[in-house]
Amino acid sequence: MSVITDQKPQDPPPGLRSRKRRRVADPAFRWFVTITGTSVFIILAAMVVRTTTEAWPIFQHQGFFGFLTGDRWVSGGSRSDDPADFTGVYGAWPFIYGTLVTALIAIVLALPLALCIAFYINQLAPRRLRKPLSYTVEMLAAVPSIVFGMWGLFWLVPNVLRPFFEWLESWAGGFFLFEGPVFGPGYLAAGIVLAIMILPIITAIVREVIAVNPMDQQNAAYALGATRFEVMRKVILPSSFSGIVGASMLGLGRAVGETIAVMMLIGSTKSWDSSLLQRGDSMAALIASLFKEATPEGVRGLMAIGVALFLFTMVINVAARLLVWRIGRVAGDAAV
Amino acid sequence: MTPSPTQTEERTAPPAGPGAAGPAADSAADSAAAEGTPPEESTATQPAEEQEPVQDAVFDLQDVSVRYGSFIAVGDITMKVPRHQVTAFIGPSGCGKSTLLRCLNRMNDLVPGASVTGELIYNGENVYAPDVDPAEVRRRIGMVFQKPNPFPKSIYENVAFGPRLNGFSGDLDGLVQQSLERVGLWSEVKDKLKESGHALSGGQQQRLCIARAIAVEPDVLLMDEPCSALDPIATLKIEDLIHQLKSTYSIVIVTHNMQQAARVSDRTAFFSVNIDDHQGMRTGRLVEYDRTTKIFNNPAQQRTEDYVTGRFG
Ligand SMILES: Nc1ncnc2c1ncn2[C@@H]1O[C@H](COP(=O)(O)OP(=O)(O)OP(=O)(O)O)[C@@H](O)[C@H]1O
Ligand SMILES: [Mg+2]
Repeated sequence: MSVITDQKPQDPPPGLRSRKRRRVADPAFRWFVTITGTSVFIILAAMVVRTTTEAWPIFQHQGFFGFLTGDRWVSGGSRSDDPADFTGVYGAWPFIYGTLVTALIAIVLALPLALCIAFYINQLAPRRLRKPLSYTVEMLAAVPSIVFGMWGLFWLVPNVLRPFFEWLESWAGGFFLFEGPVFGPGYLAAGIVLAIMILPIITAIVREVIAVNPMDQQNAAYALGATRFEVMRKVILPSSFSGIVGASMLGLGRAVGETIAVMMLIGSTKSWDSSLLQRGDSMAALIASLFKEATPEGVRGLMAIGVALFLFTMVINVAARLLVWRIGRVAGDAAV
Repeated sequence: MTPSPTQTEERTAPPAGPGAAGPAADSAADSAAAEGTPPEESTATQPAEEQEPVQDAVFDLQDVSVRYGSFIAVGDITMKVPRHQVTAFIGPSGCGKSTLLRCLNRMNDLVPGASVTGELIYNGENVYAPDVDPAEVRRRIGMVFQKPNPFPKSIYENVAFGPRLNGFSGDLDGLVQQSLERVGLWSEVKDKLKESGHALSGGQQQRLCIARAIAVEPDVLLMDEPCSALDPIATLKIEDLIHQLKSTYSIVIVTHNMQQAARVSDRTAFFSVNIDDHQGMRTGRLVEYDRTTKIFNNPAQQRTEDYVTGRFG
């Protein structure tokens, strides 16, 4: 500010003016934060734009709807980017189904279990066991997925899942979800191993969300004659709802994007079958298994799968937000 | 700080009138029933003396001690809490008032390491007997906390929470209205029952919490400094409420406010801390327990007098 304005009587005394150091540091810091902040969006946008342009001819060749619902996948050998020259057939439905079904199996199995484990660790376990238990869960969350994949393929499937599937098929084989023949690897095997893989991360987050639930509200419920279970169900769960949805979304995101373990366990066929006991492929696993040998046209096909995968996760996220928002409004939840 | 004697008389006398079986009958039958309670024996240097025995006790404590781990927070409490009267717990910070209050409805079970010894009889039943269900104890003995703690739910749902929990199958709307009316909140909130309980002022929230506690129709109401977060007007409202409630409830209130104890309570228990010379353990003891008028005007113990006149922290 100029000297003249400084001396106007209505101005604050000079002691309140910011010092030189802050006048410089503040804008610099602001710029730094702004640039790093916006760069996230730029990177994201660049990725989306690049992938979508690469994939675009495939959508033109197949039609977007045809791409999503087609159930045949044959890579063509064309080098041009003109959809008219394409020789392949690109129907992503089998892989969309594979991703959808394995992720759903995973979350449906993992979420209730995670809630029980988190509740046990927080409320029921002997106090000196709580810390070790929660560390163990957090450690499990860090186990690389290839380890889960190997353990699943070489131990769990032959020793546990195959016998279980055979029993399931003999008992409910008439139902379209459990039709034989039984192989071992397949949607259900992949889904179950995925459930085990996402269990720790969901448990860890849910446990943390439960742990920060205000004690005074729990006490209020206890003082009204609530049991531990009732406090859990009527006080802790409702106010942890958004956190639990968040944890599930993280788990679901991991299940949808999981590549290597699914690749090892899903059976890798390009055909699809509605039965959970059958083999198939998922979007992420398909990309991983095909990209090395892919022709330029084939790469575009895989890019298109990538776009679909991205859209898929976006839909899940938006749905989760809507769910949190709606339930929050219905429950009159001040926390949302 | 100290209430003037006249004020004390004025505020405590009228509510005692309608409940004829209250303090008046108490004192009349006093001499006749003097042998009813055994004389207190205490290891404390100054024995806790109860001049006027309680006739109709809702709680009967015999040598109750509460420990946190090996630390004895309050030791050897022997006292009777009268039915349909207000009993105040006063004493310096850390003397175990909250601890003793929480052990009356087994809220202390929830504190890690807490344990209770001695006998705590509630309506003839030992609260700490092995086959007693703590949830059932807490349903009968409600509690209001120092900090208003409504649930993050609507006002209606806050009050309906307890009845729902206990399988209430009557006119829930009516019960909610009646509970809110009793705490004088109905006219203030009747048009916004669907709004969050957190959207109320502190005093309103505390009254909502009281409404929530009485909606399960408990027998006893325990209040731990229920007014400490409130302004004087809200405090007076809650004190009026306590006066009204005591015809149907037995109330135990912890307070740091001498005037409040003098205004609302029929009996006052003064606790203090005894320091064990060997281990330096600070154990809360019951120093004196008597009619409130007696405690404030003519206490038997020097420590009580020092405390209520503000000469001792
Ligand atoms: N959860 C706990 N774990 C261990 N010690 C505790 C616990 N709660 C209270 N104490 C100890 O027990 C003693 C009595 O505490 P309490 O809270 O009952 O005192 P108080 O009389 O209510 O005090 P104030 O008037 O400050 O509320 C204190 O020495 C305190 O440190
Ligand atoms: Mg206290």
